[in-house]
Amino acid sequence: MNFPEELKYTKDHEWVKIEGDIATIGITEFAQKELGDIVYVEVETVGETFSVGEVFGTVEAVKTVSDLFMPVSGEIIELNEALEAAPELVNESPYEEGWMIKVKLSGEPPADLMSHNAYSELIGQA
Amino acid sequence: MQEEIKTVALHDIHTSLGAKIIPFAGFHMPVRYTSDIEEHKTVREKVGVFDVSHMGEFLVTGPKALELIQWVTSNDASKLAIGQAQYSCFPNETGGIVDDLLVYKMSEEEYMLVVNASNIQKDWDWINTHNTVGATLQNISDELSLFAVQGPLALDTLQSLTPVDLRSIPFYHFAVGELAGIPDVILSATGYTGAGGFEIYVKNEHASRIWNAIFEAGKDHGIQPIGLGARDTLRLEMGFCLYGNDITDETSPLEAGLGWITKFSKPFINSENLKAQKEQGVAKKLVGFILNEKGIPRTHYNILNTEGEPIGEVTSGTQSPSMGIGIGLGYVPTEYSKPGTIIIIEVRNKRLEATVYKLPLLQI
Repeated sequence: MNFPEELKYTKDHEWVKIEGDIATIGITEFAQKELGDIVYVEVETVGETFSVGEVFGTVEAVKTVSDLFMPVSGEIIELNEALEAAPELVNESPYEEGWMIKVKLSGEPPADLMSHNAYSELIGQA
Repeated sequence: MQEEIKTVALHDIHTSLGAKIIPFAGFHMPVRYTSDIEEHKTVREKVGVFDVSHMGEFLVTGPKALELIQWVTSNDASKLAIGQAQYSCFPNETGGIVDDLLVYKMSEEEYMLVVNASNIQKDWDWINTHNTVGATLQNISDELSLFAVQGPLALDTLQSLTPVDLRSIPFYHFAVGELAGIPDVILSATGYTGAGGFEIYVKNEHASRIWNAIFEAGKDHGIQPIGLGARDTLRLEMGFCLYGNDITDETSPLEAGLGWITKFSKPFINSENLKAQKEQGVAKKLVGFILNEKGIPRTHYNILNTEGEPIGEVTSGTQSPSMGIGIGLGYVPTEYSKPGTIIIIEVRNKRLEATVYKLPLLQI
């Protein structure tokens, strides 16, 4: 499975890409595979500010529904509008076209975000 | 009471095909090979094969076989011809359902009952307890594999493997014959998908040969292995009940819309009370519904009326892969059960409108 080295990861199987004070967030290839076909990404929290660990939305697969947890603290400034019509992008391209939200960071990103290596180890793919 | 999780005979084949395996009803089962939606569509449009060997099979034999079956099941098994199967249920003594099942008439004094994997021990205990007439009972669940070959191209796929004329087997009938060189295979024109096809019962020692032969024969038809995930969405589009969700120890067959398999032409366990319930009319009913807006109903979500009052609960729900909208089953008071009635499904913090539909939800 593919876990790009330039990304950071959480134990909830989200990835974070930090560029300046903006974080782009999605779910990992492992997460999309576990969930199966994603049919609905519900994020109605654009403009709201969250702390690490809070639920900012849900992702629905055919068989299951899962909460989405904030891997960083900050304000959600953008939602990937393409997922409205094509939620399957999360399955097909979890790190590129299937990104979910962009967040304006409040302060430094948490220190416990995992590296590519640590995440691979967590899911037993090291 | 933690029991060891069993494996089906072809467990290694499923693993090598890349299936995601989950514990289900006491078995390690393939839930998905590639994609729930793709697998679902393969069955609707072509042909797919489910390994449902976790299902239980009991043989009921001897001169008292029919008498026992008539007492423990709600449908009228005396109507069966040899080579015919019927859907039925075991009613309990308190108004609910022990399990739903298929009854196969193999010969004049031999029947096979096919029950849900999760209920094998419960059902076995139940029929043994009620076997006061002295029928011979045999639990052959661990000896048989069961493959459901479903979809519009299922018949063409299987026909090349057997001398039995499959076209001549009507729905809910079966033949016992040779398949891929293996004798005494049960070829049953039944299924849980609404897509047509056959269910194939074979001894475990022949399972891999049959499985491989079916895939070889179906290669040009686009055959694929199908997991339990798609099995659930396929049955839900048809509005078929799932034991544990839509029918339980506490739901009446009449409430569940199973009046058609509840025959008062003969006495059976709790038939007097069910008959009275039928005459009085049931207070609640299992209905199928389709969401009128985007969202996915799930088990235990609340059902409200248009005034916002709680009236029931979703028992099964998903997004229909064929229709791309939320569908489900749930119990509502009878006054809300008429097709066309608007109900509200509470999906997390949202109230979404749905319409009650006549089953099947998928109009083929």
